[in-house]
Amino acid sequence: MNRSVKTFLFAFASILVVSCGGDDKSTATDSNRSVQYFPNMYESVGYETYQEGEVFPGNVEAQLPVEGTVSRGWMPYDYEDTNEGYASAKANLKNPLPYTEANLTNGEALFGIYCAICHGKKGDGQGALVKSEKILGVPSYDARDISQGSIYHVMYYGINYMGSYAAQTSIEERWQIAHHVDALTRDLKGQARQEFIPEVSNKDEKAMMDVHHVEEAHSVDDHATENEPTTDGH
Amino acid sequence: MINRKLHFSAWQFMLAFVFVTLCSISVYGQDATTSDGEPAAPVEATSGGDAALGEALFKANCASCHKLYKKAVGPALFQVSQRHDREWLYSWIKNSAALIATGDAEAVAIYNEYNQSNMNAFPQLSNTDIDNIIAYTDTEKPVAASTTVDKSSSSVPSDSSVSNNIILGALAVVLLLLVVLLIVVNKTLKRFAEANGIQTEFEKEERTPIWKAFVQNQFLVLVTSVFLLLASAYFAYGALMSVGVDQGYAPVQPIHYSHRIHAGSNQIDCKYCHSSARESKHSGIPSLNVCMNCHKSIGEVADATYQEGIDEYGIDYNKEIQKLYAATGWDSDEQKFVGEESPVRWVRIHNLPDLAYFNHAQHVTAGKIACQTCHGPVEEMEVMYQYSPLTMGWCINCHRETNVDLQGNGYYEQIHKELSEARGGRQLTIADLGGLECGKCHY
Repeated sequence: MNRSVKTFLFAFASILVVSCGGDDKSTATDSNRSVQYFPNMYESVGYETYQEGEVFPGNVEAQLPVEGTVSRGWMPYDYEDTNEGYASAKANLKNPLPYTEANLTNGEALFGIYCAICHGKKGDGQGALVKSEKILGVPSYDARDISQGSIYHVMYYGINYMGSYAAQTSIEERWQIAHHVDALTRDLKGQARQEFIPEVSNKDEKAMMDVHHVEEAHSVDDHATENEPTTDGH
Repeated sequence: MINRKLHFSAWQFMLAFVFVTLCSISVYGQDATTSDGEPAAPVEATSGGDAALGEALFKANCASCHKLYKKAVGPALFQVSQRHDREWLYSWIKNSAALIATGDAEAVAIYNEYNQSNMNAFPQLSNTDIDNIIAYTDTEKPVAASTTVDKSSSSVPSDSSVSNNIILGALAVVLLLLVVLLIVVNKTLKRFAEANGIQTEFEKEERTPIWKAFVQNQFLVLVTSVFLLLASAYFAYGALMSVGVDQGYAPVQPIHYSHRIHAGSNQIDCKYCHSSARESKHSGIPSLNVCMNCHKSIGEVADATYQEGIDEYGIDYNKEIQKLYAATGWDSDEQKFVGEESPVRWVRIHNLPDLAYFNHAQHVTAGKIACQTCHGPVEEMEVMYQYSPLTMGWCINCHRETNVDLQGNGYYEQIHKELSEARGGRQLTIADLGGLECGKCHY
C-alpha cells in the first residue's frame, strides 16, 4: 500500500509540474533582461538619446529647440497656418529645387513611405488604409486645385485630418515630394510631365536652396518660430 | 468478490473520464460559437434617396472630415437633414464659401463654430447625389448590433476563464475521488485477506540498499561523475554565453502597440514612424504627433480587430488608443488638444554597450539593408522583441557574408571601381570595405 500511494503521489506531482508550464502562444521571449557583466557600458554616463535626466523639464531628454533658436538644417517657414496663409502659399510659394531625375526619384521613394499609405501610389486616393476603410475620404489629386506651394504648405502644417509631416521630413525632402505629387497630378489629369532639367552639381543645388532661404528669411519676424508644429503632440 | 470490486472502480473511472471529456468538449464548443460574434444589422434608409449609393459617396467625399455620430473636423452628420433646410444643404455642399460670402446667418454661424475651416466645394455632386448622401446620414446607428458585439466580447474572456476553472475543478475532484477510492479498495482488500487468513506482507529478503551497491560499483560512479561534470559544464557555458545577450527580450510597454497590425495588416512602411533611421544614428521612437497623424481620426479599432485582440492577446485595443489620447491631451469629443501632455515611458529593447558604435543610416540608407534583416519579422510581432543576439560575432558574420549591393548605389561607385580592379571583379563583401576593422565600430 505504502508503495502504491507513493507512486501515485509522484505521478500526481509530476503531472502538476508539467501542467504548470506550456502556453501554446509563447515564443521564446522574456520580459526581463539577461544578466549583464559590468553594466556600466550599457548604462551610459553621458546622456543617450531618449534617456531620462533630471536636468530636463519633465525628465524628458527629447526636447524642442529653445525658443528663439533654430536647430541645424531647419529654416523658418513664413506662411501662417490659416486660410490666408494657405492661399498665399498656394499663389506665391515656388519649388526651389530643379525638376531633375534625382530629385524626382527621391521624391517618389519618400512619397512611397509617407504619403502612398493613404493617397495611393498613383495619388488617386486609393492607398492601403483607404482600401481597408481605416481612413476614408482621401481625395484624388486631380479632384483638387493644388499648386506646389499649397502641397508644401499642407505637408508642413497638415490639413483637416491629415497631420503635419514637418517632423518626419526635411525642407529638401518635402520639396522633392512636392515634385513627385506634381508629376502624379499631371499623370492623373492626362497631361504631359515636365521636362527634366539636366542634372546640376550638388553645389549649385545648395546655392539654389540658400537663395530661397534668404528670400524667405528677410520677411520672417520674431513670431515665426511659434508657428512651427511641435513634435510631441500638437 | 475482489474482482467485482476492482471492476467497479475501473468502470467508475471510465464514467468520470467520459463525463469530463464531454464537459470540456461542450464548453469549448460554446466558446467557438460565442467568439464568432453576430454580423452587424443591415442598415436601412429612413427617407427618400438610396442609402447604399449615399454610403459610397459619403465615404469617398465626406468621410475625410465628417463622421456620422461624432464630431470630427466638421459636425456629425447624423440627421443633418432635420437641422437644415434641404435647399440650403444643396447650396452649402456645392459651394459653402459662396454661401458664407452671401452673409447667410446659418452658414456664417457654422463657419465660425468650426474654427473657420473651409469646407471643400463639391460642384460635381448632383441634387440626387446629395439626396442619397442625406439618406445615408439619416440611418440610425446600428445600436443593437454594436452592443451585442460589445457584450459578447466583454463576456467571452470571463466565460472562457470560468469554464477553464470549472474543468480544472472537476478534474481535481475526480482525482481526489480516485485517491479515496484507491485507499478504500486497498483497505477492503486487506481486510478480506486478513479475514481469509491470506498472508499479505511478503517476507523481505535481505538486500543491500541500492545506494550502497552504487557506491561499491566504481565504474558506475565514474560514469555518473563524468556525466554530471559534462552536464554542469554545458549549463554553465550556456549561462555564461547568455550574459549580456538579450535575444528574445520582450518587455511590457506602457502602451500596447501592435507591430502586427500597423506594419503587417496596414502595410505602413517602417520608416513612416521610424523616420530618422534614414538619416541618423538612431532609428528613432516616433513622437506622438506621428501616431496622431492617423489616430486623430481612428479612435476605435474595427469590431473584428477588437475581438481578435480580446480573444488572442487579452488586449483591449480601444483602451490602448485612449492611453495615447491621454498622453497627447487629445479630446476626441471636442477634436482638440486640450489636456496636459505626459511623456510615454517606452521601454528600450535594443541596447548596445557604449563600446560599440552602430549607425542606422549607414545600414538603411547607404547599405540598403532591409529592417527585417536584423529586427526579424516585425510585421508579425504582436509584442516587439529582440530578434537578433546583437553580439559581435553576429555583426562580424554578417559583414563577412553579405555582398555589398553596388548596383545603382552612388555611395559605393568610387570604392567599387578601385576595389574591383584590385580583386579581379568578384563580388565585394563588407569585410572587403573594411568592415572587420576594429576601429570601424570600437573607438
